[in-house]
Amino acid sequence: MIYRQLALTTALVALTTPALADQIRVLNWNGYGTDEDWAIAAFAEATGVTVVHDYFNSEQELLTKLRTNPGAYDVVMINSAFTPQAREEGLIQPVDTSALANFADLAPNMATNADLTHEGAVYGVPWTWGLTALAVNADAFDDLPTSMEVLWDPDLAGRISIRDDALEAVQLAALATGQDINAIEDMDAVVERLAALMPQITTFWSSENDWNQFLAAGDFVVGSYWSGSAERAMGMGLPVAFVVPEEGAIGWLDGLSVATGSGNVEAAHAFIDWMIDPDFYVRWAEAGAPASANAAAAASLPEDSFNRAVLGDPEVVARVQFMQPVSDEDRRVYLELWQDLKAQ
Amino acid sequence: MALARRDIVQIAGLISPAYLWLTAAVFLPLSAMLYFSFLSSAPFDGSAPVFSLEHYQAFLDRPLYRGLLWKSIQLGLVVTVICVLVGFPCAWVLAKMIRGRWREALFLLVILPFWTNSLVRVFSWAILLRGNGILERGLDAVLPFDVSLNLMFSYPAVVIGLVHSYLPYVILTTYLSLQALDDSLIEAARSLGARWGTILWRIILPLAAPGIIAGAVLVFVPVVGSVLEPRILGGRAAGTFYGTVIEDQFTAVFNWPLGAALSFILLAVVLACLALTAPMLRKAQT
Repeated sequence: MIYRQLALTTALVALTTPALADQIRVLNWNGYGTDEDWAIAAFAEATGVTVVHDYFNSEQELLTKLRTNPGAYDVVMINSAFTPQAREEGLIQPVDTSALANFADLAPNMATNADLTHEGAVYGVPWTWGLTALAVNADAFDDLPTSMEVLWDPDLAGRISIRDDALEAVQLAALATGQDINAIEDMDAVVERLAALMPQITTFWSSENDWNQFLAAGDFVVGSYWSGSAERAMGMGLPVAFVVPEEGAIGWLDGLSVATGSGNVEAAHAFIDWMIDPDFYVRWAEAGAPASANAAAAASLPEDSFNRAVLGDPEVVARVQFMQPVSDEDRRVYLELWQDLKAQ
Repeated sequence: MALARRDIVQIAGLISPAYLWLTAAVFLPLSAMLYFSFLSSAPFDGSAPVFSLEHYQAFLDRPLYRGLLWKSIQLGLVVTVICVLVGFPCAWVLAKMIRGRWREALFLLVILPFWTNSLVRVFSWAILLRGNGILERGLDAVLPFDVSLNLMFSYPAVVIGLVHSYLPYVILTTYLSLQALDDSLIEAARSLGARWGTILWRIILPLAAPGIIAGAVLVFVPVVGSVLEPRILGGRAAGTFYGTVIEDQFTAVFNWPLGAALSFILLAVVLACLALTAPMLRKAQT
């Protein structure tokens, strides 16, 4: 309640105070990096620009706030799956990458991500990312698996789990059949692979808590999992190893954009550059952060940290396929085939 | 017989709280769901509601739903039969063979599951049934040979969880009708030379039938729509039933109209099942 009031107050302050030359307004999830007190303080000290935040609770709310309050925001955090929609609606403007000293260090496949760029212009600066790939019980393997084929390993029948989610199941099978997860052409192959996967599965998981419990109880040894969750599971002392298979992995990517009508484009660029700077990221990562899109930032982490050791490898980054928006029609098709498979 | 004005006021005063509550808590939400089930999509985004029968049509078009409904009915039958087979002897002992404080103590044990949250019950079963769980280790410690018992994530696990949850209904209803059974009828039959089998079949079962059937209905109806036990104990192999697919529509894919339509089809099927047992109940009561 207090948080909501605070958020409301900041929103009102953000909307009613006239845009000052030395102030920028940022729209993001609450508690997601940009509003770290120490970072804002350091930014204000370095540039003389104060940062004011407003928050959204869903991507729809984010788009609505941008539509209804033109000019109210300078920097917005948008998931790459929604960046094209924001761009088409004219809610964000191209970023001048020459103003970003750290832009050259960004992972190439993220900097040129098709959703964040349009006709050669950058509309979203890749900031953080994460994966859905495999996590295994490290005690159960002498050599960690490197391929998704481990899911279909007959020796592991009844010791596999994936999330009870149609989209994720279909995309995993698309990866296993060497397809583009955002443009699946051979649906029959996907269905066939999933049908063969079903007898391997002991149970589906639906939450991080589920996953950790099932693994600890020995219910499964290989499961699909999220990178951030795997990192937390390792932090809790579970014998978990996160595997990004050679076939690839499903990725999400968050970018920072400059809102249309921003009254302080220059400071907005400065703030984005501050956010993708290795110095900011290393300190943020100490408290637990997703992987950075900045290769130099990942390389500055301690050698044994998850985001460097597992996700920091450029080879790994290059294998990731980032998720694009999925049409309602595709969702319906995926759901129906998933239900049929589960009911067999 | 005309009721006096005072009687009418009295009756209205006594029953109106219950009926007002039922209207508010059952009838109104159900009506909203019935309305939803005839829409093409839930009108949450402010779009105008469009009348459609597509979700009822979906039940007919996709064999998935029919197959799952049949699977759920079978599950309901299996659980009900086990509950009756286990519950009847228990109710007999409670009603006829034990008196005094022991009966109270045993009753307490029967009702105990009602006092615990259903989620807690199901999760405690998960601990028991799991491979290398308490049950397996316990048996291993007692038995000389190696026991491998992993019932978790299987059909039997779902049945065990459901029987545990619903057995008390059968015991309580059967107990009530057995207690009303006059012992002298049994004595008379015995003195005339009837064997126990005959007595059970010709006297006890017919007289206890209302209680048994009432208990069976109380078990069958919720089991056909059960969600929790299949979800947690059934795993991949036995985790998908008609109830879980309905739940998916509400929580996972936000297709409320389809979920509502599937629920009303289930309601219709359950009512049909009850209609089939109604003549039996009436016969048993006369």
